[in-house]
Amino acid sequence: MAPLLEIKDLHAEIAGGRKIINGMNLTINPGEVHAIMGPNGAGKSTLSYVLSGKPGYEITGGEVIFRGVNLLDLSPDERAAHGLFLCFQYPLEIPGVSNMAFLHTAVNSQRKKRGEVELTSPELVRKVRELGKTLGIDADMLKRPVNVGFSGGEKKRNETLQMMLLEPYFCVLDEADSGLDIDALKVVSNGVNALRSPERSMLVITHYQRLLDYIVPDVVHVFNAGRIVHTGGKELALELEATGYAQYQSEAA
Amino acid sequence: MAAVQDTVEQVRSIDVDQYKYGFETNIESEKAPKGLSEEVIRFISTKKEEPEWMLQWRLDAYARWLTMQEPEWARVSYPQIDFQDLYYYSQPKKFKAPKSLDEVDPEILKTYEKLGIPLREQVILAGVEIPEGERPKIAVDAVFDSVSVATTFKEELKAAGVIFMPISEALREHPDLVKQYLGSVVPATDNYYATLNQAVFSDGSFVYIPPGVRCPMELSTYFRINEKNTGQFERTLIIADKGSYVSYLEGCTAPMRDENQLHAAVVELVALDDAEIKYSTVQNWYPGDAEGKGGIYNFVTKRGDCRGRNSKISWTQVETGSAITWKYPSCVLRGEGSSGEFYSIAISNGRQQVDSGTKMIHLGKNTTSRIISKGISAGKSNNTYRGLVSAHRKAAGARNFTNCDSLLIGDLCGAHTVPYIEAKNPTAQFEHEATTSKISEDMLFYCMQRGLSQEDAVALVVNGFVRDVLQQLPMEFAVEAQKLISISLEGSVG
Repeated sequence: MAPLLEIKDLHAEIAGGRKIINGMNLTINPGEVHAIMGPNGAGKSTLSYVLSGKPGYEITGGEVIFRGVNLLDLSPDERAAHGLFLCFQYPLEIPGVSNMAFLHTAVNSQRKKRGEVELTSPELVRKVRELGKTLGIDADMLKRPVNVGFSGGEKKRNETLQMMLLEPYFCVLDEADSGLDIDALKVVSNGVNALRSPERSMLVITHYQRLLDYIVPDVVHVFNAGRIVHTGGKELALELEATGYAQYQSEAA
Repeated sequence: MAAVQDTVEQVRSIDVDQYKYGFETNIESEKAPKGLSEEVIRFISTKKEEPEWMLQWRLDAYARWLTMQEPEWARVSYPQIDFQDLYYYSQPKKFKAPKSLDEVDPEILKTYEKLGIPLREQVILAGVEIPEGERPKIAVDAVFDSVSVATTFKEELKAAGVIFMPISEALREHPDLVKQYLGSVVPATDNYYATLNQAVFSDGSFVYIPPGVRCPMELSTYFRINEKNTGQFERTLIIADKGSYVSYLEGCTAPMRDENQLHAAVVELVALDDAEIKYSTVQNWYPGDAEGKGGIYNFVTKRGDCRGRNSKISWTQVETGSAITWKYPSCVLRGEGSSGEFYSIAISNGRQQVDSGTKMIHLGKNTTSRIISKGISAGKSNNTYRGLVSAHRKAAGARNFTNCDSLLIGDLCGAHTVPYIEAKNPTAQFEHEATTSKISEDMLFYCMQRGLSQEDAVALVVNGFVRDVLQQLPMEFAVEAQKLISISLEGSVG
C-alpha cells in the first residue's frame, strides 16, 4: 500500500533565516496515528505550519508527498481541499461570522475545489447538529460568532467539530490538549477516535504523554532540533514521561 | 516578515480598475454654457420653467456663494477645482418630460438596464432571485445627469396619497409644499457646497407622505452621471407628515473618466410628530484608477430634521465609490423624544480618500441617538470618521451611543477617528466606543486552512466586521451591498 504522507529530507526556516526543520523524514501509512513528542522549541508547531502552508516560512529543501501530490506546491486552501486538516493550538476568533455560516462556507469551498456537489443549507444544518450532539455543542454555540468568547474547551470542541464535518484524510493535531480540563479532553478524544479509520491518518503533536492515554498512537517519534531523533511504539511515550527529553537532546547535539 | 512583504507587494499591484459601471452612454445632450454665472443660473431656471421666487432663491445663494471659502478642515487633498471649467446643466437632447415609461429614450432605459436598475415595473434588483408574484415593489426615480428621466409606480403611489416625483415637477404641481420645506433643513448659509447646490441644482426627488400613511413600497432614486465635465447637483426633499413612515433608497454610479467629476448634492429630510424616515444609500461612484486618476468628488450635504415629537430618522450608508467622499448625514433632534440613527460602512481602496461621519444635534428633551460606523481601509487609501454629538442646554435626558470601528487591510492605508462631543446639559449621557484593528494574516490563514480562498477569506472577515450595519439595510439592498463590498476589496490582499 502506498503511504498516505511522505516527508523526505525536509528543510525549512522562518523568514529571517533561522532554521527550524532540519532534514526531517517521516512516512505515514493510511490508518496510522503517529505522535510527535519533543521539548518546547523543538520545532513541533512549525512542522504543523509548514505542512499546512502558513505564510512566513521558507522551504529550503525536500518534499512532502501527500496522496500523490507534492503538498508544498499547493496553497493552504488547496491543501485543505486535498484532505489536510490542522487542528489549531490556538483557534482564531472571527467576529460577526456565525459558526454555522463559517462551517457552511468551509465545507462548500472544499467541495467546489474538488468538483463535488455543494451541500444545501438543510443538509449541512442536519449534519452539523448530529455531529455537534456527540461533542456537546448546542444550537446556541453554532449561532455565536466563530470562537468569539468561547472557553478553551469550547474552542477545542469546535475544532473537533470542523474536523469531523470536513472529513479530511490527514489530521494534524497541534497540542490538542492545551487548555482542556479532563472532561473536555475526553470529549475531544472521543471525537478524534471516532474519526479513526483505515483510510485516515493522524499526526498528534504534544509534549505531554497525557493526551496519548486517550488518543493511543501506533508510532511515537521524538522530535528535536528540527528532525526525528528516535522512533518507537506507544510505550515510548511512557518512557519519555519517566526519563524526559534530555538524553535525546544531547543525541541531537 | 516575508508574508507581510507579500501583502505589501499585492497591495502595490492592486487593480482597482475593475469598476463594472464604467461604460458611457452615447447620447446627445444639451448643456448650459460652460462655467458658472448669473446667466447660467437663469438658463437653468428657465429650462425648468420655475416660478420667480425659485429663481430669486437660487440667485441669493449664488451671491452668497461668491463670498464663501471652500472648507479645508477635512482630511482630504485634491487640486483646486476650477468651477468655471464645469457644465452645470446637461440633459439628454430632445428631452421632454416623459409622461410614461414608453416615452423615455430607449438608450437611457438601456443604460439603467445595464446597471441593473428596475426602471420597468416588475424588474427586480439585480442578483436577487425572487419567485414571480413575490417580487418586492420598489418605485424608482432615475436621474440622468441633470434631469429626472423616469419615475415608476406613480399611479399606485398616488392612490396611497404619496407624492413621489422629480422636484422640478413638484415645483409646478405642489408649489406650496416645496416652498414651505425647501431649504428649511439645509439653509443657504450652511456650507460652501450646499450653497453652490442651491444656486445650480438641476433636479432630484421630492417625496411627501401624508399623515398616518405607511408608504406601501420602498422609494428609490438612482443617480447616474454620464456627461463629461459635468457636475451633478441634485436636491432631494422628503417630508414625512404626522405618524407616517417611508423607507427610501439611493444608488449612484458614473462612467470611468480620466478627469474628476463633481457631485454636490443636498438631501433634506423632515419628520413631523411620530413620523419615521429610513434613508439608505449605496454609493458606488467611480473611484478613479489605481493611481488616483479620475473619479468622482462626492461633496454631499445630507441632513434630517426630527421636527416633531417622537419622530425618528435613520441613515444607513454603504460607501464604496468616489475618489473623495465628504459627507456627514446628520440629524437635528428638535422634537421631544425624537431619535436619530446613523449606520455606516465606508470602504476605501486604491487612492480613495474618505472623510465621513455624522452629526447628532440634540435640541429637544429626552432625545436619543445611535451611531455605528465601520470604516475599512485598503490599498493606499485614507479613511476618516468625523462625528459630532452635541446636547443643547435644553436637551435634558439626551442620550447617545457611538461605536466606531476601523479595519486596516495592508500597511499603506490609514484610518482616523475624529469624534467631537459637546454636552451643555448636565443630564445628557454620551457613550463612545472605538476600535482599530488590522485584518490579521493568522485569521486569513485559519480560514484558508478550512478551505476558503484568500479573497473569500477577506470577504468573510470583512462581512463579519460590517454585519451590524448590513442588518439595517432593506433586504434587497443588503444582498447588493454585500456583493459590492467583496468587489471593492478584490485584490486588496495576496
